[in-house]
Amino acid sequence: MAVVATKRDYSLIGRDTKLAEEKGLASAQWYSCSVPRKELKAMMKRSDWPALRDTAIWFASFFVSGGLGYYFWGTWWAVPCFFVYGVLYGSSTDSRWHECGHGTAFKTRWMNDVVYHIACFMILREPTIWRWSHTRHHTDTIIVGRDPEIAAPRPPDVAGLLSNLFALKSGGRALSRIFLHATGRLAEDEKTFVPDMERWKVYAVARIWVAIFAAVVVACLYFRSILPAMYIGLPSFYGAFMVIFFGLTQHAGLAEDVLDHRLNSRTVYMNPIFRFLYWNMNYHVEHHMFPMVPYHALPRLHDAIKADCPRPYRSTIEAYREIIPAILRQCKDPNYFVKRELPSGAKAVPYNHDAVIVAAE
Amino acid sequence: MSESWVDACAADDVDAEDVIRFDRDGRTFAIYRTDDDRYFATDGWCTHEQAHLADGLVMDTIIECPKHNGRFDFTTGQAKGAPVCVDLQTYPVKVEGGRVFIQVG
Repeated sequence: MAVVATKRDYSLIGRDTKLAEEKGLASAQWYSCSVPRKELKAMMKRSDWPALRDTAIWFASFFVSGGLGYYFWGTWWAVPCFFVYGVLYGSSTDSRWHECGHGTAFKTRWMNDVVYHIACFMILREPTIWRWSHTRHHTDTIIVGRDPEIAAPRPPDVAGLLSNLFALKSGGRALSRIFLHATGRLAEDEKTFVPDMERWKVYAVARIWVAIFAAVVVACLYFRSILPAMYIGLPSFYGAFMVIFFGLTQHAGLAEDVLDHRLNSRTVYMNPIFRFLYWNMNYHVEHHMFPMVPYHALPRLHDAIKADCPRPYRSTIEAYREIIPAILRQCKDPNYFVKRELPSGAKAVPYNHDAVIVAAE
Repeated sequence: MSESWVDACAADDVDAEDVIRFDRDGRTFAIYRTDDDRYFATDGWCTHEQAHLADGLVMDTIIECPKHNGRFDFTTGQAKGAPVCVDLQTYPVKVEGGRVFIQVG
């Protein structure tokens, strides 16, 4: 099968949007591993307890690291304190935003909403915009022209990815969008996935956030210190590096335009600290295939379906041994991707299977 | 019995606090059973996108769509929050002789 190289158009209002629809990739049927209903129902079951425990630890960690940062302010001891505070604020909020946005962290709905909004603010992801954007990501995962959350489009912008270790590019974009929304307007791509009836929420929240940022700036000027901003605002940048570190393991370097999460997502075994920060999002194949399963049940789901999935990565190091060369190769050859091997006997979604076999040779 | 009442399933085909799929004449439905043995029926497809609610999660009187976690109250069909905005069509249900009937009209 001949592969014709064309420049991809990742925008949601471009050529590849129409192509994806014409090829039947938009809002399509995806492969799903077979899990008996009773077993899946047990895994989907919601509980407040795990998230209450983890959120209590999370908040306590903020207070301890932030408190120590204040105590040691002016000395070098403040650096590790704000390092921890920053990672909690600017990185672990990614998983809290994600899980609570799905409504699966807690059984009680309002608890999900409270943590969701706190996490959104800290990681500069506007709650309504990203709820709808993430909905589209789950409908059309890594479908070019449809998925607004493709972290490493091809050819990869390596400088951009590196700058996002401190959210320089993403954070700058987020702030400009927040200010746009505060004026009562949406960007053109946002109009494609945020329904009319939801837009007032975007504008209202943006205005609240701008007011908070203004208050922090005033506080810094009043106290003649950046310390207020070290607690609110700056950690979205100086603490953001784990977002990229974890986030690229999800899909970077894998297939695009396939209807099988086993081929475009990774499951990576991680240590307990990483899994606390990441709230088990390292079980990414499982999460995409069954988004109703809460984070605390994902390891169980992994055990239930792993025989029908590619081998998981044993560590983030192993994942990055694949990701970094793949991204670098894609800089020169944007058609390259890593083909995940399905176990023998596993069913592959028939659509686009030929394209998967041809590439990554 | 009126012709619009359709025999959907045995009452015990649906576990407590669960949902099953029922198809008829090119249409698809979701049949629910609550914890206290009340039965309800709605359209099977989520009103947001093409995902079948029978694959979703029942919590009290809420059905959560398996695709994007959108929620409906299946006793009224009411959409309970984004990404679902459009209510579900509901259908009258009765249980007779251990069988669940829905009125599809």
